[in-house]
Amino acid sequence: MTQSKPPLLDVRGLSLSIATGGSLMPVVRDLSFSLNASETLGIVGESGCGKSLTSLAIMGLLEGTPVRVTGGEILFEGRDLLTLPARERRRIMGNEMSMIFQEPMTSLNPVYRIGDQIVETIREHQPMSKTAARARAVELLRMVRIPDPQGRIDSYPHQLSGGMRQRVMIAMALAGSPRLLIADEPTTALDVTVQAQILKLIADLQSETGMGIILISHDLGVIAETCDRIAVMYRGRVVESAQTRDLFARMRHPYTRGLLDSIPEPDEDVERLPTIPGRVPGLDERVDGCAFHPRCARASDICREQDPAETAFGGGHAGRCHHPLEPDA
Amino acid sequence: MLGYATRRLLALIPTLLAASLLVFLFVHLIPGDPAAVLLGDTATPEEVEALTREMGLDAPVYLQYLYWLGNVLQGDLGTSIFFGAPVLSVIADGAETSILLAVMTMVWIVILGVPIGVVSATRHGTWVDQLASGGAMLFASVPTFWLGLYLILIFSVSLGWLPSSGYPSISDDGGLANLRYLLLPSFTLAAPNAALIIRLVRASMLDVQREDHVRTARAKGLAPWKVATKHVFRNALIAVAAAFGFTFAALISEAVVTETVFSLPGIGRLVVQSILRRDYPVIQGVILIIVVLYMVINLLVDLAYAWLDPRVSLK
Repeated sequence: MTQSKPPLLDVRGLSLSIATGGSLMPVVRDLSFSLNASETLGIVGESGCGKSLTSLAIMGLLEGTPVRVTGGEILFEGRDLLTLPARERRRIMGNEMSMIFQEPMTSLNPVYRIGDQIVETIREHQPMSKTAARARAVELLRMVRIPDPQGRIDSYPHQLSGGMRQRVMIAMALAGSPRLLIADEPTTALDVTVQAQILKLIADLQSETGMGIILISHDLGVIAETCDRIAVMYRGRVVESAQTRDLFARMRHPYTRGLLDSIPEPDEDVERLPTIPGRVPGLDERVDGCAFHPRCARASDICREQDPAETAFGGGHAGRCHHPLEPDA
Repeated sequence: MLGYATRRLLALIPTLLAASLLVFLFVHLIPGDPAAVLLGDTATPEEVEALTREMGLDAPVYLQYLYWLGNVLQGDLGTSIFFGAPVLSVIADGAETSILLAVMTMVWIVILGVPIGVVSATRHGTWVDQLASGGAMLFASVPTFWLGLYLILIFSVSLGWLPSSGYPSISDDGGLANLRYLLLPSFTLAAPNAALIIRLVRASMLDVQREDHVRTARAKGLAPWKVATKHVFRNALIAVAAAFGFTFAALISEAVVTETVFSLPGIGRLVVQSILRRDYPVIQGVILIIVVLYMVINLLVDLAYAWLDPRVSLK
């Protein structure tokens, strides 16, 4: 790789903590990953693993929450977002970098017409007349394949279905022609058929615009279909990351294996779906050594004592495990 | 929306009929004979009886009601027993004071309640918020008559800045400057209601602030003040609009006390005096007008509600 151009997004050693009373409770520890243009990175993990908080930190939406950035840097095209003044940061938000959320039903303001909400985003970042911005909004609605955009632009959110609302959210996210799109569980609240449509739409838009995408999901199936690279998070850490094909061919972390095994397969006749035993420890519970060891069949003494460092398995495949699975397993 | 308003106005008719009957019956249930009150202690029973007949008060109550209702429908609210003048003109005399008092009170409520509520919510948890919430709590708990008396003591007696009582019409000498007579009374009347609005604006803004669409607005890169006004406040207003209906109801009863404390020649004081005088036609007339006003204001609140929240459909 050449050093001429920095990656689109480079997260280095990001740590997040929740402020409770007087103390800080770590929720994301020393997280690093990078993303290039036209690339899709999937972040997968159970609820509470810190994947959503990470996306909010990148987007700059932690203000007003008890979560604090306690370390690291988030470089967007070489600029550290964490040290940018608020005003300059806002110039990037919704413009060069935008985000869509899990709940299309509640993510749009119920009292404004969808057209006005899109126009608001456009005019916030580009000097444009109302008429021009409205024409652009129609164009955006057409881009996200909303039928009859001229007629739909004056609808209120409650007049649209969940899938349509998520398309509107995507249209709004595209308003500034972003180079990075963060999609936090964009299809979780939708019907399965609509899910596939939305994922295809996002993929199509990526090939049209060349934006980089971070797709956050708890669903390894969704991630597998759409992402070039996958980072598996467990309790605030990336425990394994690799190219999608590589990860599924040779998963090395027992947690990744567990996630995959708990996806039902229609052609297999199993009595009971395997689950990962135990539960994710609470944030206030202290776990020494590897955070996954209480639930891991391969855990040994070293796992209980020492937090595993990142091991490179070659080909961009890395993981944190003292006893990684054999590549053929 | 026009069709809805028309239908709501038509629906007022049966409600008004019921209200008129209630008002009529309640007033006639008050013990005491208007003829006796009118003639004073020295009147003989014969004189009282003659006057009672003259005023039609010897007829059966249902006939009195029908007779009164017939006149009301023709726009005649009767003649005041005490003043000997048409009820409508007696009420009109007090209307200027009361309408101006109500308008100034509403102005106080809006200019105090809304901005303090907004600041309180956006500075949630800071000393500004605590001061505002504490102040709101205090003013919500202070009785109107007590606050009125203290304001008179401070601003009229000690400082001599504002008049303590009475109200000359703005058509008299002094013109609009006469409105200063209403400053203290309107503030007194506004205080508990503004306190309510402060608390409500604050609470509903804090509720809205947690909603997903506010996060979307911030993700657009909007400046915090734009998020607070265009997105949070705008949505919080829906709950606040409903409260203005209740506020109006509260104002009516509090106006009676306030007009008495500040000796204002308004409708509130007219009601109190008319009850003491057993002036049936005036009491009935005033209450009927208040009922109409109350229902119209509630209709306006409902229309505002639908206008503020597109999810509410007026069908």
